[in-house]
Amino acid sequence: MSRLIDVENLTLQFDTDEGRITAVDNVSFSLEAGEVMGLVGESGSGKSVTAKSLMKLNPRNAVYGPDTKITLHLDDGPIDVMSLQNDTEMKIVRGGAISLIFQEPMASFAPAISIGEQMVEQLMIHTNFSKAQAKEVSVEMLDRVGISDPSTRFGQYAFELSGGMRQRAMIAMALSTKPRLLIADEPTTALDVTIQAQVIDLMKDLVSEFGMGIIFITHDLGVIAQTADKVAVMYLGKLVEQGTVRDVIRRPAHPYTRGLLAALPTLDDIDAPLTPIPGDIPSPLERPSGCVYNTRCQEVLGPRCSAEAPRFSQVDTDHAAACHLHDPQGGGA
Amino acid sequence: MSDNPLITAQNLSVHYPLRGGLIGPKPYVGAVENVSIEVAPGSFFGLVGESGSGKTTLGRAMLRAAPISKGDVLFDDGEVAYSLKNLGKKELKDYRSRAQLIFQDPYAALSPRMTVRDIIAEPLEVMGLTKTRAETDERVREIAAKCRLNVEHLRRFPHAFSGGQRQRISIARALVSAPKFIVADESVAALDVSIQADVLNLLKAIQQDMGLTFLFISHDLSVVAHVCDHVAVMYLGRLVETAPTRALFSAPRHPYTQALLSAIPSLDPDDRGKAQKLEGEIPSPTNPPPGCKFQTRCPMAIDRCRVEEPLLETAGPEHNVACHRWKELAM
Ligand SMILES: Nc1ncnc2c1ncn2[C@@H]1O[C@H](COP(=O)(O)OP(=O)(O)OP(=O)(O)O)[C@@H](O)[C@H]1O
Ligand SMILES: Nc1ncnc2c1ncn2[C@@H]1O[C@H](COP(=O)(O)OP(=O)(O)OP(=O)(O)O)[C@@H](O)[C@H]1O
Ligand code: SF4
Ligand code: SF4
Ligand SMILES: [Mg+2]
Ligand SMILES: [Mg+2]
Repeated sequence: MSRLIDVENLTLQFDTDEGRITAVDNVSFSLEAGEVMGLVGESGSGKSVTAKSLMKLNPRNAVYGPDTKITLHLDDGPIDVMSLQNDTEMKIVRGGAISLIFQEPMASFAPAISIGEQMVEQLMIHTNFSKAQAKEVSVEMLDRVGISDPSTRFGQYAFELSGGMRQRAMIAMALSTKPRLLIADEPTTALDVTIQAQVIDLMKDLVSEFGMGIIFITHDLGVIAQTADKVAVMYLGKLVEQGTVRDVIRRPAHPYTRGLLAALPTLDDIDAPLTPIPGDIPSPLERPSGCVYNTRCQEVLGPRCSAEAPRFSQVDTDHAAACHLHDPQGGGA
Repeated sequence: MSDNPLITAQNLSVHYPLRGGLIGPKPYVGAVENVSIEVAPGSFFGLVGESGSGKTTLGRAMLRAAPISKGDVLFDDGEVAYSLKNLGKKELKDYRSRAQLIFQDPYAALSPRMTVRDIIAEPLEVMGLTKTRAETDERVREIAAKCRLNVEHLRRFPHAFSGGQRQRISIARALVSAPKFIVADESVAALDVSIQADVLNLLKAIQQDMGLTFLFISHDLSVVAHVCDHVAVMYLGRLVETAPTRALFSAPRHPYTQALLSAIPSLDPDDRGKAQKLEGEIPSPTNPPPGCKFQTRCPMAIDRCRVEEPLLETAGPEHNVACHRWKELAM
């Protein structure tokens, strides 16, 4: 496997009427080609903002931290994403090397233009295809994602498709440019389990077929267990745990990850009580000092947790957590 | 559960007319077709099925908020007995205080310009259930406390609350008229798992405390397994299986129920690829297939399935299934 992307110290703040809020705080991770990384965390933890940052797709009120470094490794050499200035320079990244499947599929298709026209338009911006070639590739992609009668679907509008079909059409469009990295933001959340299983299978096939990397954003740990090679867990803009899917799900090291897993209703024991994480997620305007999780943590170690931000410590090969439990001596952060 | 059911659907059909069709029979969407269920008092009754299977429509018909085209819904709480098809204006008003809906989306459902106190109090005022403001306030405070909202919360506006807190506000609003029957339609679907667990525990606690009966609509089978005592599975407007929760999850008899259960993503990364996959999608209810409605996707379908619609048969204690081949599946 070869390195696909390195994200180092990604920090992103928003200027709002109520003040400057930190949506992503010093997040670092990397991904190999052919690897699927699950990104999990509660609503508002910064998953979508992180995803959009990789393509610099954030709105005008977004301010990147000065140490933010995003390196995309393409065949022609590394690209420093933060140094790309305008839309022309970003072209190689947006819709070319990286494709994003948005959280809301309806929002991603213009209502008055057919699915096919949108696919062709997108392909012609990012490739040198003629219109006829672009159409051929688009129909082929619709077929690849399991849409029956793709040439008819090509001429239809988003509202004419069912939820599952629309989601697959989204994936087809995102894949038609043969991206190196696919970012799928909650691609199955609105789907029924049966259709979800189909979409998951499809994405797995595509990884092995095209060798691309996938960042799979979801709050469903079952979906992560079935699709991802590794997992990153976010809370209030912070990455709190990272590791292989087996390690994180079987031996969660961060109290927040443990809380998420304990809250899940599972079919193994339907009489087991459901255990919520106590308390509410703090507002991003009132981020707790020290460890951001200290207001809800069941394992707080005392004043250190509210005074000192925990560093990432290795709990195993390829498994790390940012919690003082795993860094007893401390050493400041 | 030998008590009289609190609410009964009797061969209930809900048809929505479609435009067009000047000649011949009027085209319609059969959102609910010939459904019979009995919900015992104090039950937490789960309703599952894919999108478009008719869950919301059935729930709404039981609240007299969807048209009853055929059959009837009977309500009997020991104080009053109603046939929902034939409700007079006064009876309907009374029924509205006895049967309530908790909405799916905690963000859309609450008016941003009203304080939490006013949101919760509104049903009391609309139905004229309290006589003085002091009485209203007391009822609101009492129900808010049950939903873990304090006096300080009551003064604020809903935008200042998190998703879980908003859902608690919706619940308080639904409960303030002291209803007997609650339809909770995807009430936790929009919530994060940790908040979801909290809201589910709250619903269960309140149900026991106030002796409520719930129709709990959800597409999340793991959630249903944990909170419901009885489950009904719908497909294309029909009831395909209904059983006590334990029986449904340990011995599902209908191929569709089996496929649904098998599609739930396992938390074990080593279970990959083990799921039994269901191909295709739910057909359009305007043009349902002949025979068994599941035959276009059923791995067990035989010729008989394509011509003859299966009826519900008894497969165990309170366990009913509509499939020609359920006995083979039970082996
Ligand atoms: N354009 C913006 N202006 C101001 N704040 C924003 C903006 N976009 C996002 N935020 C804030 O950034 C934080 C992270 O949001 P983000 O959308 O990344 O969360 P998420 O993890 O994707 O949540 P969800 O699971 O609900 O999709 C939130 O507090 C959100 O309110
Ligand atoms: N007011 C209406 N007019 C016409 N058709 C309707 C109406 N309400 C629902 N339907 C149709 O009836 C069928 C059942 O819809 P319903 O909303 O009950 O499904 P559901 O099981 O609740 O689905 P979901 O899980 O997506 O909420 C669908 O085909 C829907 O399009
Ligand atoms: S650092 Fe402290 S508060 Fe934070 S997760 Fe660890 S134990 Fe809990
Ligand atoms: S009746 Fe036939 S098609 Fe229908 S569920 Fe049973 S086996 Fe499948
Ligand atoms: Mg998001
Ligand atoms: Mg519904």
